[in-house]
Amino acid sequence: MADADTLELTQTLPLDGWHRARGGRMVPFAGYHMPVQYEGIMAEHQWTRESAGLFDVSHMGQLMLTGSGAAEALEALLPGDIKGLKPGRLRYSLLLNETGGIIDDLMVTNVSRGDEEAFYLVVNGATKHGDIANLRERLPELVALEHLEDRGLLALQGPRAAEVLEGVFPGVPDELSFMQGTSREWGGVAIGISRSGYTGEDGFELSVPVSHADKLANALTSDERVRPIGLGARDSLRLEAGLPLYGHDLDERTTPVMADLGFAISKRRRAEGGFAGAERILLELEQGPVQKRVGLTVEGRQPVREGGRILDGEGNEIGRVTSGGFAPSLGRPIGMGYVAAALGAPGTPLTLEQRGKLFPAAVAPTPFVQHRYHRKGAA
Amino acid sequence: MSLYFTKEHEWIRVEGDTATVGISEHAQHALGDIVFAEAPEPGRQLNKGDEAAVVESVKAASDVYSPISGEVIEANQAIADEPALINTDPEGEGWFFKLRLTDRSELEGLMDEPSYREWSSKL
Repeated sequence: MADADTLELTQTLPLDGWHRARGGRMVPFAGYHMPVQYEGIMAEHQWTRESAGLFDVSHMGQLMLTGSGAAEALEALLPGDIKGLKPGRLRYSLLLNETGGIIDDLMVTNVSRGDEEAFYLVVNGATKHGDIANLRERLPELVALEHLEDRGLLALQGPRAAEVLEGVFPGVPDELSFMQGTSREWGGVAIGISRSGYTGEDGFELSVPVSHADKLANALTSDERVRPIGLGARDSLRLEAGLPLYGHDLDERTTPVMADLGFAISKRRRAEGGFAGAERILLELEQGPVQKRVGLTVEGRQPVREGGRILDGEGNEIGRVTSGGFAPSLGRPIGMGYVAAALGAPGTPLTLEQRGKLFPAAVAPTPFVQHRYHRKGAA
Repeated sequence: MSLYFTKEHEWIRVEGDTATVGISEHAQHALGDIVFAEAPEPGRQLNKGDEAAVVESVKAASDVYSPISGEVIEANQAIADEPALINTDPEGEGWFFKLRLTDRSELEGLMDEPSYREWSSKL
């Protein structure tokens, strides 16, 4: 029964047939059938680090907030400087509950034109319906929220992503630096393009009407520098990049300070407060959190997965592994987890425990693999 | 020499009273890139169905169960050194461990090769 229910509730994405035709191994994820891999996670991971990979992230929620006071309203829920975000710029931020817990992490782009305030949000697939309900309840009536269900989302990531994108959207790579967005007409429809992603590599995310998703995926993968990449490599790439995954490394019990996402709390907001959970978050910034998210390196070759216990030198549990796996670019197991803040300094030796077996480990600086974002002024 | 398979996708090759155990081609394909394998220590007594070895792919960890009872007489060091061997040659060089059989009657409930290939092709 449970299986039958799951099957019925698992939805297909616009590119379902496209993935299957390319040998994608489909698994249920965030309520959708998604490709976990095509040729293999290791090969896809390395290809993205060396050339360019195309990821279908159409399961993610694309939302449009419009109306006078939208920036002000968002600032009540997110700790980022939204009023100071210029049109065409995007920012990583966090949807917070009233006690500062993280409801979701997201990207917000200012797409305002003239005096009409408009913000485009990309939220996680597994949390999007909850986010929408939460936002509708908490946003003022004058701010309208539209779920852009008629759009797919593709991510083109890797050191050759810019060269590839230039072939399909001439001029866009030159126009955009990391965390900037624009749009282009293509085949008679508007494609939203940002220079962003979640692999640690340079790259772009492209919001495309469902009607043109296949065509755009084909246009990008017709370049031999591009291969389709599944969820498996997406996970190993983001883990190496030290980027947290909602539902694993972040949840409503974690705050931005605990999660080591202090960069998402803008300077002005630190001074002024006025966002959900500000009291607790500003206190944590001042006094330090009780627990914090850290990177972990594990000795040997065996990965310690999510749920593994983190022990101090005396065998006391001081936290849990929230993401763990084998890092293809490093050839060794790595992870992330929460530890007592006093034991969070890089180099601190720890012991991990998984299924009764102990693993020597250490707190590691993140990212594990250096980010290679394209920033203005950088070579 | 006889070759048997389990529904958990282990294979077992019996020569005299020695049995070699590994995972099937179907299993390695389902697991994907294997990054770690740990076979049991020689001398360990295994009962049929015991967790005998661990195999980890990039994505997930899996247990390898002992298809029959016996004493471990050899672990394959090659898969510890080069886990990808299980992907490239799962039913040959990528074997996990060897057992000295204690109860041959346990072999009777296992699948022969044609039955296993037929069954696993439909999964």
